[in-house]
Amino acid sequence: MSSATMKVDRREFLQSAAAGATGLVIGFYLPNRLEARAAAAEAVTFAPNAWIRIGTDDVVTLVIDKSEMGQGVVTSLSMLIAEDLECDWKKIRTVFAPAAKEYANPVFGMQGTGGSTSVRGMWMPLRTAGAQAREMLIAAAAEKWTVDKALCRAENSQVIHTQTKERLSYGSLAEAAGKLPVPSDVKLKDPKQFRIVGKATKRLDAADKSCGRAEFGIDVRQPGMLHAVVARCPVSGGKVASFNADKAKAVRGVKLAVQISSGVAVVADNTWSAMQGRDALEIKWEEGPNAALTSAAIRKTLEEGASKPGGAVARKEGDVTSGLASAAKKIEAVYQAPFLAHATMEPMNCAAHVRADGCDVWAPTQFQGVNQMTAAKIAGLKPEQVNIHTTYLGGGFGRRAEQDFVIEAVEISRAAGAPVQVTWSREDDMQHDFYRPASYSRFEAGLDAEGWPVAWSNRIACPSIMSRFFPGSVKDGLDSSSVEGAAELPYAIPNILVDYQLTETGIPVGFWRSVGNSQNGFFSECFLDELAAAGGKDPYEFRRRLLQKAPRHLAVLELAATKAGWGETLPAGRYRGIAVLSSFGSYVAQVAEVSVDKKSGKVQVHRVVCAVDCGRTVNPLTIEAQMQSAVVFGLTAALKGEITINKGRVEQGNFDDYQMLRMNEMPKVEVHIVPSDQPSGGIGEPGTPLIAPAVCNAIFAATRKRIRRLPIRAEDLV
Amino acid sequence: MPFEFVINGRSTRVDVPANMPLLWVIRDVLNLRGTKYGCGMALCGACTVHIDGQATRSCITPVSEAAGKKVTTIEGLSADLSHPVQKAWIELDVPQCGYCQSGQIMSAAALLAKKPRPTDAEVDDAMSGIICRCGTYQRIREAIHRAAQMHAAPARQKASPMKKANKPGETAAMTPHELAANGATGVLSRPEGAAGRAGTPVAPQTTGAVGAATGGAE
Repeated sequence: MSSATMKVDRREFLQSAAAGATGLVIGFYLPNRLEARAAAAEAVTFAPNAWIRIGTDDVVTLVIDKSEMGQGVVTSLSMLIAEDLECDWKKIRTVFAPAAKEYANPVFGMQGTGGSTSVRGMWMPLRTAGAQAREMLIAAAAEKWTVDKALCRAENSQVIHTQTKERLSYGSLAEAAGKLPVPSDVKLKDPKQFRIVGKATKRLDAADKSCGRAEFGIDVRQPGMLHAVVARCPVSGGKVASFNADKAKAVRGVKLAVQISSGVAVVADNTWSAMQGRDALEIKWEEGPNAALTSAAIRKTLEEGASKPGGAVARKEGDVTSGLASAAKKIEAVYQAPFLAHATMEPMNCAAHVRADGCDVWAPTQFQGVNQMTAAKIAGLKPEQVNIHTTYLGGGFGRRAEQDFVIEAVEISRAAGAPVQVTWSREDDMQHDFYRPASYSRFEAGLDAEGWPVAWSNRIACPSIMSRFFPGSVKDGLDSSSVEGAAELPYAIPNILVDYQLTETGIPVGFWRSVGNSQNGFFSECFLDELAAAGGKDPYEFRRRLLQKAPRHLAVLELAATKAGWGETLPAGRYRGIAVLSSFGSYVAQVAEVSVDKKSGKVQVHRVVCAVDCGRTVNPLTIEAQMQSAVVFGLTAALKGEITINKGRVEQGNFDDYQMLRMNEMPKVEVHIVPSDQPSGGIGEPGTPLIAPAVCNAIFAATRKRIRRLPIRAEDLV
Repeated sequence: MPFEFVINGRSTRVDVPANMPLLWVIRDVLNLRGTKYGCGMALCGACTVHIDGQATRSCITPVSEAAGKKVTTIEGLSADLSHPVQKAWIELDVPQCGYCQSGQIMSAAALLAKKPRPTDAEVDDAMSGIICRCGTYQRIREAIHRAAQMHAAPARQKASPMKKANKPGETAAMTPHELAANGATGVLSRPEGAAGRAGTPVAPQTTGAVGAATGGAE
C-alpha cells in the first residue's frame, strides 16, 4: 500500500474533538500526580480528532484507546500516530481513553481490547488521524506564510518552508490549526518513508514500570476510599443462604459487611483488615446444582459429548466417510485439555464511586464499553454518567474482559456510600475465574498406501464461551471460538470433517490467551505428527508437502526449521519437535528442543525457535517480546497447568498448587520475523498455541510416547 | 501498636497490629504502591523489598519484624532511575505488563549487591522465586548481566547518552525523556548482545535475529 485516503465525517470529528478537549484534563486517567499537574497546566488548543491533542507548549498528547496489559500498545499505537503526524517523539505523552463511542474497537464494535486486534484495527484510523492533524498544521503554517501548502512540509513537530527554510513549531501553530476544517481526504505516508513504524522502538512505559510509578488498578487511591474483599460461594453457581457478620465487624478497621450479588462484602479502612474481617464471617452457602461436581464427571460429560454424532459442522470438505473407507491405514486418537486459570499477576480488582449524579470506575479492564453499561445499570444511571478510568493492567489474557470485578465494586460502593476498592486475594482469583474450557477431541484419519493423508475427521466437545459472552454469535450450536485452530486445518487433505458438540459442564469459561487455538492447536498439530509417524515421514517434510498451497504457513515452517537446524545432529539426549498454526491474522511456527529424563519423566525445554509472519511489522521489539511471552504462557500450561474440580470447588488456590514457569525453566527463545507487506496480523496471542505441540512432538521423538492430554505428566512418559 | 523503622531513608512510625504484614503497611498505611501484592504466601515475589539489605517477601513478614530496621522499597532504590538494574531494565526493554517488575528489580539489586558478577546459575537461583506471567525472564537475565557490567564500569555510565545512542550496542540506559532527547524519533536500535560482547555466558541470539529480519523488511 503506497498511499491511502479515508473519508472523514467532519461534523463527527469536530464533535469528538470538542468532547475530547474538555475530557482530556478533567476525566482522563493520568499515570501519576506530576503528570496530572503538567496536563492540567497545559493549554490544549488543537484537538483534530479523538486521539491527538497538541498544546501551545508543543506537548503532543496521544490518547490510547486500547488497554495496556503488557502487549505494548501504548508504544505501538503511539508509533502509528506519530508516523503520519511527523511529531517529535520526545514531546509525546500518552493518556488512556475514557469510555466513549469514538473509541469503539473497529474489529468488534465495542470499546475493548482483545483478539489481538489493536494494531490490526487501529492501523488505518490512527495513521489517518496523524495525517489529518499534520495536514491541518501544514495548512496553518501556509496561511501564516501566505504560501501554497505544497511548499511546506512537516518534520519533527515543525512545519518547514521548503524555500526559505523557515520553521514553525506545532505548538505555535496549534491555535490556528484548531480553527481550520478537518480535511476529509488525507494522504498517508508511503511505507518506504516510514521513520518509526517497523523500527525497533523501546517501550514508552518501561521507566514507569521500573520504579514503581506505573499505576495499576490495585494502586488506585481516592479521597475517603475504603477497601473491600468479598466472600464468594466456593461452588460455581451457589449463593448465600445466610450470614452472621458480628465477629467480622469486631475486627479492627472493619466498617461494614454487606451482601452483594456475588457474596458477602467486608469493607474496611485497609485491605488487610478487610481480609481479616472476611475470615471472621460466618456464612451458610446454598451450593446449588454443582455441589457434587468432580473433574471425573466433567471428563465423562465431555467424552459423551464427543461420542454423539451430528454435531455442528465447522468444516466439511469432500466425504470423510468414503475417504476413511478407502484408506490403506487408519489412525484414531483422543486428545484432552484441562480447564486453565488466567492467573494474572495483578489479581482482579476495581474501584468505584457511585453518587446520585454519576459514577466513576477505576479499573484494569479490557472492556470499557461494557463496563460503562454494567455500572450504569447497577447505579441506576445513564451510561454517559459513568466515567471509566482505565489503569495499567497487571496482565489480562482475556480475564479482564469480564464484568464481575466491576459489578462488585459498583455494588459495594453503592452500599457503602463511599469510594470503594475491591481487591481479590490470589485464592479468590484462582477459584472464581472464567476458565479456559476443558476440551475433548476425537480424531480419526486415513492414510493412502504411500503414507499421505486422505481423510481427517475431528469431533470436538467443549463448553461454549460465546453462548454466555455474545449469545447472538452462536448459530446452530456452533461456537466458532470452540473450534478455532481446528476448523482452519491448512493441510492439503481431500476429505475433512470438523464438527462440534457444545457441551456445558457447570464451570464458567472465558477467553484465555489465544482462546480455542490454545487447545485445538495442540490437538491438531500433535495428531498431524501422529500421521507423519504412521506414514513413516519426517514431521517437517510431511508438513512441507501438505502446505504447498498455504504459502504463509509454509514460509514460517521453513524459516523455523532452517533456523533451528532441522535434521542436523543435536547434543546427546536432545530432540526436536515442530508445529505451525495461523491465528489472529498471523502465522507462527515453532521448533522446540527438548530432553526427557527417562527415569523421572522430567521434561526440559532448552531452546525454542519461533518464526512469525505477522504481516507489516510495527515494533520488532514487541514482536520478539510477545513471542517470548507466548512461549512462557503456553509452556506453563503444557508443563503445569490444570484446574481440577471436587465437590464443585476448584481445588487449586495459589502458586503452590497452580504453578508457573520460573526463570530456571526458561528456554532460550529465538524469534525470526518474515518480512511482509501484508496487512498487520495480531501479535499478543498467536505464539501461544504452538509450544505445547512443538514440545509434545519433541517428546515423541525422544520417547516414542504420545502425549494426548495436558498437562504433560511424568506417568505418561515413563 | 506503634512500630518504628526506617523506610527509604526516612524514619517512620506506624500504629498497626503487630501481625499486619509489612506489605499492607507499605501499601495501605504508608501509601507506597510500587510494592505489589501477588499471592500473600511468599510464592510469587511481587512484594519483594529489602530489609537491612536482604531481599525479603513483605507479604509474609509481620510489621513487628521490621521494627528498628531499614526497609527499602522500589521507590527508594533510586530517586531518578539511576540504579544500574533500573538502567539495564530500560535499556533492554524488560517490562511487559510491569506488575511483577518491582519484585524482580529489588531481587536483582539484592543479588548484585552480594554478587557483582553473577553466573547464569546464580541469576536463576536468586530470581526463580519471582514469577513473571508475561515471561520477561530472558530479558531479565540479559539485563542483570548488563547491570553487572554497568556496575563494574561506572565511568562509562557517566558518558553522555546523547552520543552513545547513535551507535548500536552503545546505547546507554535512558528514561523516555532522555531517550527522546536523543534524536528525531527516539527510536533506537536494540543494543546487539550487550552482555555477549563482554564475554558473559549469555548470548541473546534473538536480538540479532530480529535485527536481521527487520532489516530485510525495509
